[in-house]
Amino acid sequence: MAYISSGVACSHVPALGVASDTGISDDDYYGPIFRGFEYSKQWMAEEKPDVIFLVYNDHCTAFDATIIPTFALGCATEYQPADEGWGPRPVPVVKGHQTLSAHIAQSLVLDMFDITVINQMEVDHGLTVPLTMMFGQPEAWPCPVVPLAVNVVQYPAPLGIRCYALGKAIRKAIASFPEDLKVCVFGTGGMSHQLQHKRAGLINAEWDARFMDLLVNNPDQGAKIEHIEYLREAGSEGIELVMWYVMRGALNEHVEEKHRFYHVPASNTAVGHLILENR
Amino acid sequence: MSEDKDYDDIPGTIVFDSQQAARGYHLNQFCISLRLQKNRDEFSADPEAYIDRFPMTAEQRDAALNQQWTLLLELGGNIYYTSKLAAYHGINFQELAGLMTGMGAEKYRAMMVSGGRSIEGNRSKSEWED
Repeated sequence: MAYISSGVACSHVPALGVASDTGISDDDYYGPIFRGFEYSKQWMAEEKPDVIFLVYNDHCTAFDATIIPTFALGCATEYQPADEGWGPRPVPVVKGHQTLSAHIAQSLVLDMFDITVINQMEVDHGLTVPLTMMFGQPEAWPCPVVPLAVNVVQYPAPLGIRCYALGKAIRKAIASFPEDLKVCVFGTGGMSHQLQHKRAGLINAEWDARFMDLLVNNPDQGAKIEHIEYLREAGSEGIELVMWYVMRGALNEHVEEKHRFYHVPASNTAVGHLILENR
Repeated sequence: MSEDKDYDDIPGTIVFDSQQAARGYHLNQFCISLRLQKNRDEFSADPEAYIDRFPMTAEQRDAALNQQWTLLLELGGNIYYTSKLAAYHGINFQELAGLMTGMGAEKYRAMMVSGGRSIEGNRSKSEWED
């Protein structure tokens, strides 16, 4: 049977993709960030998941303002890196796992999570930057990816408690898939940041640290963080941290924190990263 | 008539909620169209004719053509969309933040490198009144 072994939380700042693609990831500005992921690349090489279930948000790339699905599950055989206005990132095509996706889609709806099924979509930096941070620059990504796109651009994003419950439903879906697959779940985005208007540049390191502590050790409480707190304390774009709760819900109640990294800044954003193993 | 929302009290922040999204739909669709080179070329060839394909308000149209970045957000624009218009003008995210905050790119970048804008004094509109 398929099972979930671990979870990864990771910011998806577009500038990190640019730094990797243009060969400046070891300069004075980006070097400290990429060094924070050196352990992660080694860990990933040993973990060797068969599939990654990757929770991210699209930045009006696959979905512009015409359609705003709250939860959209990718069910395609592959996903091309999108042109976000500067040409597509020079990274490998993301291969899907169609039978696992189809199984999860069916299981979720029957479990009362009425997700949107997406059979064709391009993927932007929200999905490809975390892969870069965890795998570097391989010729091909080492395993297929099942993407779940969450709306966090148009308010309201789904509530933290809803994301957490969805994560539990995803765990149930994966555990009932008959093939022997080891699955690693990624929750991406964050941490505190505000990109817009006069409060742009907001960073709240103390809040971010507390957020990570709660996520790891007391997710039942952390999942209840309200939207107003995210907006006020973590910035208008920091609300995308609800996606980390989908990942957390997919893991066991007790997890071991293998790695934590935090750095300010990457462009306008605080970078946060966790590796959690099921216990 | 406008509803009172708990996030209205956050200073220097326009929450892109459902009402703002409805208001800004055509403006945002214009901005995101500039993701593609073909559309950027057509916009360059005749900006007014190109923008008139999108039935936005006159106020939104002027703000877009005049690059009024904070006003665009107030009129229903969203940063992930307006940043595509900024990119068309060669302005990256950090430079755009420098413009929106009125700090300028260098001062804004220096603030980020030294840890970003503190949450202290930036939680509530009442803290910005003095």
